[in-house]
Amino acid sequence: MRILKLLLCLLPLCVCSCREDEYVTYMTDEDTGAESQASGFAGLYILNEGNMGSNRCTLDYLDLSGVDSTIHYYRNIYAERNPSTVKELGDVGNDIGIYGTRLWIVVNCSNKVEVCEAATTRRIGQVNIANGRYLAFDGGFAYVSSYAGPVQVDENCPLGRVYKVDTLTLQKVDSVVVGYQPEEMAIVDGRLYVANSGGYRVPLYDNRLTVIDLATFRVVKEIEVDVNLHRLLADRHGQLWVSSRGNYFDVPPALYCLKDDQVVKRLEIPISSMTIVGDSLYYIGTTFSYADGGYKKDFGIVDVALQRCSVAVLFTAPEIQNITLPYGIIVNPRDRDFYLLDAKNYVSSGELLHFDADGHFLWRVSTGDIPSRGAFVLKN
Amino acid sequence: MKPLMRIVLLILLGSFKLWNYSMAQDSVRIIDNVTITSKIRYHETITPQTLKGNDLEKVNAHSVADALRYMSGVQLKDYGGIGGLKTVNLRSLGSQHVGIYYDGIELGNAQNGVIDLGQFSLDNIEEVSVYQGQRSAILQTASDFANAGSVYIKTTKHLGNRSTSQRGNKSTSQRDKKSTGHQENKPSKNHYLKTRIQTGASNLLRLSAFYETYINKNVLLSANAMFLSTNGKYRFNYRRRNHDGSIAYDTTATRQNGDVQSLRAEVNLYGELTEGHWQAKAYTFHSNRGIPGAIVNNVWRRGERQGDNNTFVQGSWQKDLTDRYTLRILGKYARYQTHYLNRDTTQLVVDNTYRQLEAYLSAVNVVEIRPWWSLSCSYDLRWNHLGANQPLFAYPTRWSNLASLASAMDLGKVQLQGSIVYSHHRDRTRTSSHCPTSSNWTPALFVSYRPFDCLQLTGFAKKSFRMPTFNDLYYTNFGSAFLRPESAIQYDLGMRLTGGAGSGRFSSPSRPARSSAPSRPTRSSGVSGKAKLGFNDNTGLAGSLEAHLYHNSVHDKIVAYPKGQQFRWTMLNLGRVHIDGIDVQAFGAWQALQELSFSARLQYTYQRARDVTDKTSSYYGDQIPYTPWHSGSVTLMADYGAWDFAYNFVYTGERYCQQENIAYNHLQPWYTSDLHLSWRHTFSRFAAKWTLEANNIFDQQYDVIINYPMPGRNFNLTMLCEF
Repeated sequence: MRILKLLLCLLPLCVCSCREDEYVTYMTDEDTGAESQASGFAGLYILNEGNMGSNRCTLDYLDLSGVDSTIHYYRNIYAERNPSTVKELGDVGNDIGIYGTRLWIVVNCSNKVEVCEAATTRRIGQVNIANGRYLAFDGGFAYVSSYAGPVQVDENCPLGRVYKVDTLTLQKVDSVVVGYQPEEMAIVDGRLYVANSGGYRVPLYDNRLTVIDLATFRVVKEIEVDVNLHRLLADRHGQLWVSSRGNYFDVPPALYCLKDDQVVKRLEIPISSMTIVGDSLYYIGTTFSYADGGYKKDFGIVDVALQRCSVAVLFTAPEIQNITLPYGIIVNPRDRDFYLLDAKNYVSSGELLHFDADGHFLWRVSTGDIPSRGAFVLKN
Repeated sequence: MKPLMRIVLLILLGSFKLWNYSMAQDSVRIIDNVTITSKIRYHETITPQTLKGNDLEKVNAHSVADALRYMSGVQLKDYGGIGGLKTVNLRSLGSQHVGIYYDGIELGNAQNGVIDLGQFSLDNIEEVSVYQGQRSAILQTASDFANAGSVYIKTTKHLGNRSTSQRGNKSTSQRDKKSTGHQENKPSKNHYLKTRIQTGASNLLRLSAFYETYINKNVLLSANAMFLSTNGKYRFNYRRRNHDGSIAYDTTATRQNGDVQSLRAEVNLYGELTEGHWQAKAYTFHSNRGIPGAIVNNVWRRGERQGDNNTFVQGSWQKDLTDRYTLRILGKYARYQTHYLNRDTTQLVVDNTYRQLEAYLSAVNVVEIRPWWSLSCSYDLRWNHLGANQPLFAYPTRWSNLASLASAMDLGKVQLQGSIVYSHHRDRTRTSSHCPTSSNWTPALFVSYRPFDCLQLTGFAKKSFRMPTFNDLYYTNFGSAFLRPESAIQYDLGMRLTGGAGSGRFSSPSRPARSSAPSRPTRSSGVSGKAKLGFNDNTGLAGSLEAHLYHNSVHDKIVAYPKGQQFRWTMLNLGRVHIDGIDVQAFGAWQALQELSFSARLQYTYQRARDVTDKTSSYYGDQIPYTPWHSGSVTLMADYGAWDFAYNFVYTGERYCQQENIAYNHLQPWYTSDLHLSWRHTFSRFAAKWTLEANNIFDQQYDVIINYPMPGRNFNLTMLCEF
């Protein structure tokens, strides 16, 4: 019995702590230390993808309202503001957009588009769209590209679809079949352009832009550009800028400019994220190098009017060179100060770095896992 | 610190007292079957942790993976349910560093280096042992010397149950005979049949049959088969509270797509030679199961499936060719086919078949230079090939050559074993002319010192490494052919106190003993194999305590690293981990009355596993994911006549699910309590045993891996018949 008693003596060593009830995840408040300045924006939402299967898509919010004396960054706000949403925001956030007073979030692996009030982040509802990718808005409708479409005969790979969703009722009103694995969309002259990647069909990547007439919501034509199309933006001259990721083998990544549905320019730059403000297309690109396990990082600006790279002195700050994995660029459309998103190693906190319009580093904060996209909220 | 010191002191004193008891008595000492032999070639310098026979039954384990929860220094990753993937790593070195041995020959998986231990059900398993470092015997293959840690799975052998190491060792056999008499009944019984039926939660049905017979005087045939069917459904709950205590959400759902249908069949032949023995095995396993997948927002059901068709044949032959020279030859041929299927067109549609082939040949030579000094030289040749039905697949082939040189010395109180392994690996692929090769020298030294009979001090230092797997190297758009092997360095200091007559190994009350019925063969997981510990005559007490202190480091750890592209990961030699830990195991038994006995087993692990890869990272110095600081288990057992009762408690402390030790990654501790009750009765022709198991009796809702919920309270009923 003595031994038994002794063994029982060891028990407290073993049971170091007990399980408690699980509580709703609360946000963390990070003070950037930077002085608040009056701007036209109430804030900036940052969407963090979260690694697949981790259910860690989170939403952060940068408060630009000027209510506090310094700028605060609120990390992981969704669960606190919507505590009754089972399993929080979801798995792998892919795109974020604001239309009117509403915030739209495409949560890829949760097969849904989440719709919230932009001012409060309170949930309004969701649209179930399987494997959704990106958003575009026009005329009271949201357009959502999705990998999930009909499977063709003799092929395991389904074509993609674009859904048309009423932004008030959150009902899917129509859908149209497009190319393989559609990604970003852009709207020019009543037409919706969809970049098809074909990413599930390696090595047979898709190379087309699908053109949809918004009035009839039917495909009117397809334009062949290059393999594995991804990013797509329209500029103020009615031109389209579409990025090709290449095939990671012998076709290099590139950026194409289209005018009147014709390719008018090809620039051999790798694009992983881009945004247009005025005539400037800001881009970042990363090319992985097996040799040293590092990345070749590209930052630059393309003048969309001249269709050529500008001399970029904007990205020379040492903080930019020290970014582990540049994953997104967000530019303030008014003041042109910009933010860079560092995804680090995908499974730890990312970073948001802020620079003024001249490229001087201002401050940095920790974000959720894999920060990828942002959306500015206008002051009402 | 003070109370802790006192407890440790108490234990030490208590154990010494026990030792005094045992020394004072002139009782018959029971010799452990495996560890104590006269020939050094069969020695193990450091004894492993072992669970076997009746003890293995009492831990309510469905599979080998469940049983390993009761071993210290083992971290189990469990994706939930019977069909969920279950892998282990030893002392935080990573699953690929662990060698899993099935009846003496390593189970390979060159594709991803991980063996799913959930696939090995326990109905034909007699013994599971965990060796930290390596098995410190001398008569073993080069691969036994090469792994950073090993799990040995030994299948049941009921008739003629003499362990390998006993052979050629007459003195031990005779002493064993004296104390147990169990070998005398060998001729009296020529057939043995055991059938088992288990049913329980999740529509579980497990049928198994085990048959043994002597073909002739020297050859024993054993055959067993198992069929398992379950729908894998169980209820789980996710609940969150607001900080004011009110419920934010409370959702109960049913785990879907975890169904399993599997079939295993195995045939063994055991032959005896003069001064030797041989064994041959054919094994086949077929399963079709759902992959339950992660539970995330808006997704409560998934459609991925996996089919396995694994078949292998293996054999070994061993003979003392002269009085001083033993030769052992082993061979294996295996074919593993895995089929992944995802017909869900909203996802990436997957219909992939992978086919792995493995051939293995090993020769072990042991020479006894002096009775106290032997030398071994082993050579292993292994060939692996992986094929698949995918475009751009690399079709890798690997030739592995391992040679080991080892020496063991028994200087009375001091025992030493040193080994060095040279390994050479060469890969070839269809897609690339680059043939990665690697060669490594890895040394190991094991020391044991017994100042007294009851106390053993041990220590080892070892370097080992693991090769990058085929997936690490050649996975399309993912692998990196420039990976170096990942290496591990281990240092361990241990001590072991034993008291009472059961001074064998730590967890083995089912050893043959005087008090067991002499007419029954022992060391069986069957009904009649219920043997009792050899207790000290006066007090009826026995116990042991073992503790290890260790420091490990992992270099060039192979980690998935983002590529910043569509298929976004690649593998890099990036990680560096420092691990410090303490393993403690204790066992105590008390024979209160002739019919009544109690025993208790405890194991505890403390581990600090720090990521020291990159000083600038936000997780520098943090505990690596899914490694608790504290974990342990307690088993309390009571046997009264035909009744057996056991209570099992498993505890895993707080840990983090990602590299950064921040609140968002924090996982709460989990602990489960399981009960086990069995009753035996014997009819004229056969014996039967009924077992009722209640698992997770407090219905704790927990995830071992985040978003993979585990089953709540559940029950199983088993009936076992022996003829």
